[in-house]
Amino acid sequence: MLKDQTAIVGIGETEFSKSIDSTELNLACKAIKIALDDAGINPDQVDALGSFTYEETPEFEIARNLGFGNLTYWSQAPYGGGASCAAIGQVAMAIASGVANVGVVWRSRKRGDPSSRMWSHTNEQIFDHWKWSRPSGLVRPVDESSMLMRRYMHQYNYDRKDLASVSIALRKYANSNERALMHNKSLSLSDYMNARMISDPLCLFDNCLESDGAIAIVITSVKMAESLNNIPAIIHSYSQGMSRDHQLMTHYHSDDPLESSSYVTASNLWSLSDYSPKDVDVAQIYDAFSPMIPFSLEAYDFCPKGEALKLINEGLIDVDGGLPVNTSGGSLSEVYLHGMNLVTEGVKQIRGLANVQIKNAKLALVTTCDATPNAAVLLKGE
Amino acid sequence: MIKSIPIPGIEDFDKSYWENSSKHKLSIQHCADCKAPRFPPRHMCPKCQSINHEWNIVSGDAILWSFVVPRPPLLPVFEKQSPYVVGLVELIEYKNIRIIGEIKSNSDIDSIKIGDKLTVRFKKINNEISLPYWVRE
Repeated sequence: MLKDQTAIVGIGETEFSKSIDSTELNLACKAIKIALDDAGINPDQVDALGSFTYEETPEFEIARNLGFGNLTYWSQAPYGGGASCAAIGQVAMAIASGVANVGVVWRSRKRGDPSSRMWSHTNEQIFDHWKWSRPSGLVRPVDESSMLMRRYMHQYNYDRKDLASVSIALRKYANSNERALMHNKSLSLSDYMNARMISDPLCLFDNCLESDGAIAIVITSVKMAESLNNIPAIIHSYSQGMSRDHQLMTHYHSDDPLESSSYVTASNLWSLSDYSPKDVDVAQIYDAFSPMIPFSLEAYDFCPKGEALKLINEGLIDVDGGLPVNTSGGSLSEVYLHGMNLVTEGVKQIRGLANVQIKNAKLALVTTCDATPNAAVLLKGE
Repeated sequence: MIKSIPIPGIEDFDKSYWENSSKHKLSIQHCADCKAPRFPPRHMCPKCQSINHEWNIVSGDAILWSFVVPRPPLLPVFEKQSPYVVGLVELIEYKNIRIIGEIKSNSDIDSIKIGDKLTVRFKKINNEISLPYWVRE
């Protein structure tokens, strides 16, 4: 069993910025060193690595720069925004099963420059599943997410004003977080309603930030964690999820396109756990686009289908609303690093050291991208 | 960034779809053994794992399931067309088969709404590829 066997014992973050004059490898090394120092672990003790298939800094470069010892496990998780918790879970399983002892998971990314947008590199000829959508002008991830949001709005009688409450709630958290890229920028309902449309019904503020930075975490057994510096964020349960008939980012062809892979992850995560949604003190929900927050809250069973936006409008995800969500500002307002900042914020909440600290946060849910095959972890304090 | 529209690459399992499209016919792949329809086309029947397939021509009549209006920044070819409407349409003959295509309307695009009844048309891209799009009835 994986349950309660491993913990996140160190976290490291570089500066976050629109543009950092440094390479991804340089940033990755810095973030990992900060995370190991935070844990109080010498680099030569590291024997396991986990990363994203999208990660461009290879394991051997990381290992020989940081001076790791002999490695006995490494793996990569696919699907970008769906990968962070999957990479973490895989390393945790390697440690729980005895293949390795000290694991590092990292993501380093320079995405601040508009020329690094993945859709802008669309090929002249398409052979993968995107051949069924991109030639018709549905090219960017925001277009793909917007398609589901309009349907959701139609089905449950919402409009843009209702969706605005998601971005506004996260911006308020960022305004209290000095490291957030949007720390000094407030966001009002009229700012949102007057924003330029990117893919109607989604506007500028429904999109995550474009940013540079790196984040790393360190995982050990719970037993080893007892002798280390920090309050461990124990990995209570973990699952990946890919639903029947799933199609990456364009999950349009199953019986119900609004029922994402998150429903699979959630169902297995809760069944492997001692807890239920009502026990969660704080949630970090993957938010490349604002609709992913209401979609995920419904998938993870915090409320019935169709009710999430109503509850968010009533304040559910605010600091005192019952289920604070993305308390650092998330990908919409802190930094976009494929969701790794959601992991570190979950750990900070468990340690009691977050910028906007939720009182007595003992159980934190961290999720990944609702529109891809994905994963989640439930972190708990001692 | 590419200057032209991205073109679907033709493969063994969807060759007939593009041949039919070039003749302005919308066709749906079926399993030749258990007869289950599937979209998008693929190698194997997910119901019975047969690799034998056949194609049925359909009317193309559809209902608008959802749509978006992309705005810049876009690929240059689409930026020139913006604002345009891309829809996900549900075929009348097969409730759970949904296809992406551009939605064209003689009247203002602001009047397009989910549930609109649509008819298929085809836009020739080259000698091998024509893309389906839909117009309001």
